[in-house]
Formats: sequence, structure tokens, C-alpha cells
Amino acid sequence: MELCSFLTLDSFITDPLTHDFMRKALLMSSLVAAVCGFLSSYLTLKGWALMGDAVSHSVMPGVVVAYALGLPFSLGAFIFGVGSVALIGFIKQKSRVKEDTVIGLVFTGFFALGIVLVSKIKSNIDLHSILFGSPLGISLSDVKQTIFISLLVVILLSIFRKDLMLYCFDPRHAKTVGINVLFLHYLLLTCLSLAAVVGLQSVGIILVVAMLITPGATAYLLTDKFDNMTIISVLSAIISSLIGIYISFWFDLETGGSIVLAQTFIFLFAFLFAPRYGIFKLKKFFAGYK
Amino acid sequence: MESINYQNFRIDAENICVDYNGKVALYDANLKLKPGQICGLVGMNGAGKTTFFNALTGFVNISKGKIRINGESLRSAQKDQTIAYVPQSEGIDSQFPINVWDVVMMGRYGSMNIFRCPRESDVQAVKDAIERVDLSDHLSTPIGNLSGGQRKRTFLARAIAQRASILLLDEPFSGVDIRTEKLISELFIQFKNEGKTILLSTHDMIHVREFCDLVLLINKTVVAYGETSEVFTPENITTTFGGISPDFLFGPES
Repeated sequence: MELCSFLTLDSFITDPLTHDFMRKALLMSSLVAAVCGFLSSYLTLKGWALMGDAVSHSVMPGVVVAYALGLPFSLGAFIFGVGSVALIGFIKQKSRVKEDTVIGLVFTGFFALGIVLVSKIKSNIDLHSILFGSPLGISLSDVKQTIFISLLVVILLSIFRKDLMLYCFDPRHAKTVGINVLFLHYLLLTCLSLAAVVGLQSVGIILVVAMLITPGATAYLLTDKFDNMTIISVLSAIISSLIGIYISFWFDLETGGSIVLAQTFIFLFAFLFAPRYGIFKLKKFFAGYK
Repeated sequence: MESINYQNFRIDAENICVDYNGKVALYDANLKLKPGQICGLVGMNGAGKTTFFNALTGFVNISKGKIRINGESLRSAQKDQTIAYVPQSEGIDSQFPINVWDVVMMGRYGSMNIFRCPRESDVQAVKDAIERVDLSDHLSTPIGNLSGGQRKRTFLARAIAQRASILLLDEPFSGVDIRTEKLISELFIQFKNEGKTILLSTHDMIHVREFCDLVLLINKTVVAYGETSEVFTPENITTTFGGISPDFLFGPES
């Protein structure tokens, strides 16, 4: 039966829209993707992929504790996200252990704490939906939180767009002309924690780092202008989310995994065929025919 | 015209120390520079040249000593756009997706509003600065597509656009073509005549003799400081470079 409705592209797209949960999932995931995609440009240029991974895993115990106490899960996640970064900075400064090792051990420690807490705190926490995301089962209160956080991040990033770009590019110059570099550092970290919080609803804690780095990496291969990079990053993130959700609907696949796979395929496409930076350098290829 | 007050030093660094997590990078360093002076900063790799720059820009905190810029604190000098830093080529991600115009515009950020919207005067300053370094044909070229010399000129233009009275240049002549080298030398003379104060680090001893009024030899601390003709002696240079004879550094003719 399902296969028949496949035959027209029209019904491929419209059929899922008849379901309330699908409309909500598509809208929320697009919003989340846009936020993560926006931030992604900064994280990839700053070289914070590992930091993104660390923060997104570290929010786990925060989410569990917040659920158990009946607090907004974003609050718990935010505290643990920023806390993990503070702890990483502290251990790095006070010991001789190298930074990537510190990052690795702190976030796995937080993550393990989260898993242990889930098994101990008897509540209606669904471990699976935290780990792998559940965009199809998002609740109304989660929708409100997600919209609020997303708008907050977008507003912050928009206001400090140029300063953050300068901070990623040449923090020393920023400092020299009297721009508060420490503030920008923590602003970017705060946005990272918040984006990880909203992103984990779409694709789950384990894969949320992909939302934070893959769109930026894709865009980086396609342009030499920062503003274009941000736009491409956001668009590719949204498109991947839509593709992922549709594919998961029709083929009954895990939604979070499908979204991230779609992002990975778009990255691979850019990697191979980007006009200037792709393996096959299409620009040169076409120039040969002129 | 800027009035030049020789009573006050433009840069006055007194007994500054910098340490990174307990490891001393620079100690008891002094530097006094007046308007219109060009000073060469000479030392081995790891002798604290970049640390010295970092301290003067406020990028690292000094653990001891004090820095006065035009008699004021470093913080107010930053706010007043007094100091410009021109990074060495390795200090910059040349693959960053940004073009010449936008880099030079960053020189104006400190004096813009919070959204960094360029005003007419900012656009003009950027245009003029790019013209002075002869890059008007490359306004929208991504920095990744520039040569080493063009990239160096881009960052010099950023410092010009900032209208800073103190220029700190980390290895301005390393990895540049002859044309850029000539252009930078000419700009230095102009800057000097405009009353700007310049501190530049270099590996090339010939450059020191050519433009520097003063020279600061460092090896974790100041080995020697003064007029180039007096201080830039083979003995001092040997001490600075940890006992390596200047013959080895300059070739036997010097």
C-alpha cells in the first residue's frame, strides 16, 4: 500500500503532512537545524569540533536531573554544559595532562554519570529518546522551550555576528581594539550549550555534534565568504533535517540517524564536487569546455 | 596635526613579567618609546618577542610591572584604538573565508557601534588604507588567494585603517616579496614622519640597521636597549643569541 503512494512525488511530500506529529517534527527540526547550522560556521572555523562533542555529551546528567526534579530540561543541560567546559579549563590549567585528553575524559565522565543516573532515578525518562532523539514525539512544553532557546541563540548570534567572526579569526586584534574577548568566548560557549540542548531533541545526545559541525564543514567547502558560509550552513542543515525526517517516515528508519546521514551525504557531495575545493573541482572541469 | 610631547613616552613598559602557568616567558623587561621612533625587537625564537607583543596588546596579562601608553592605562589605550598589531603570517588562518576588504574593515570595529555597521568615514578609512598598501585591485579577493606579501599588506592596511599611533609588527619582512618589502619600508618612513611609534620584531639584522632608531635585544629579559649604533654590537648580539657568534648570523663581512 505504502509503496503505491510513493509513485508520485507529490504524495511523497504531502502524505506525511496529514499527520500532526509529522508537521510538528518537520517544523521543530528545521528550527533546530537552522540554529545549529548558524552556530556551526563559528565552531568549524574556531576548531571547536571536539569542544562541541564534549559539551553535547556532558549535558546528559543535567537533562536527567532536571527531568527528575521537574525542572525545564534545558536548564539542567545548560548548567552541565557550561560546567563541563569550566572543569576542562580548570583541569587543563592545574595539571600537565594535554587538552584533548582532558576534554575526552571530562565528557565521558559526565556522560557516564548521566547513564548511571538514568538507571538509578526511577521516572518516566526515556533513555532511548535522550540518546537518539525523538523529533516525532516532542511534547508541547518541549516545543515552547525549543522555540524560546532557538530564538535566544539566533538573536545573540545575530547581534554579535561580526565580533564572533573576528574572535574566531584573530582574537588578538579583537583584544587590541578593546573588544571583550573573554565575553565572546563565553558567549560562544553559551550558544554551544544551548544549541546542543535543542539539537539533542532532534538527533539525540550522541549525534548532536554532527548538527554542530557538519553543516559548517559543508559550507566551508563551498564558499570563501563568511556570510555565504553561514547561509549555506543553515540551508544545508534545514534541508538535511527535512530529507532525514521524510526518509525515516517512509522507510521506517531511526529519525535522528537519518537526519545526520543526510547531512553526511550532503557533505560528501560537497567534498567531491565543490567548485573550487572539491576533489573533482567542477569549476575547472567546466572551464575546460568554454 | 598631533602635538608631540616629548615629556611623555608613548610606550612605557616598566619591569614587566609574563608567565604562562608558572613558566616564565619574560621578566623585568623595560621599554620606553617616544612618538616617531622605530624600535627593532631582536631575539631568538622563544626569547619572548611574541610574549612582549602579547603583553603590549593586552592579549596576556602581566604578572608584575606596569605598562603605560601615552601615560594612560592599557585598557584605555585599547578603547582609544591607540595600538595596532600586525600578526606574523603563521599567526593567521589563511584559509579563513574572508576577503581583503573585510579584514581591513576589522581595523574599524573598535570605533563602531555594537553591530559594527560601517559609517561613511569607516568606508573611506578602509579605502584609503587599502590604497596605501597598493591592494585596490584585490578588494574582494579572499585572503587565501593572496600571496604572502599581499596578505602582509592586508594586515598592514588594517593597522592603517585603525589610525593607531602605535604599530606593533611581528616579523613584517618574513616571507614577503621584494615589492612588498620596498612598500613596507616606504610606509615606515611615512609613519615615522606622521609621528607614529613602531615596534617591530625581525630576524633580519640588515633591516634593523636600515630603519631602527633603537634596538631592544631580548632573551627572556632585556639584554641591551638603546640607540642602534651603540647597542647593536657583535658582543650584545652574541649574548642575545645564547653565545652564537654574529659571524654565523650575519656572515663574516659584518
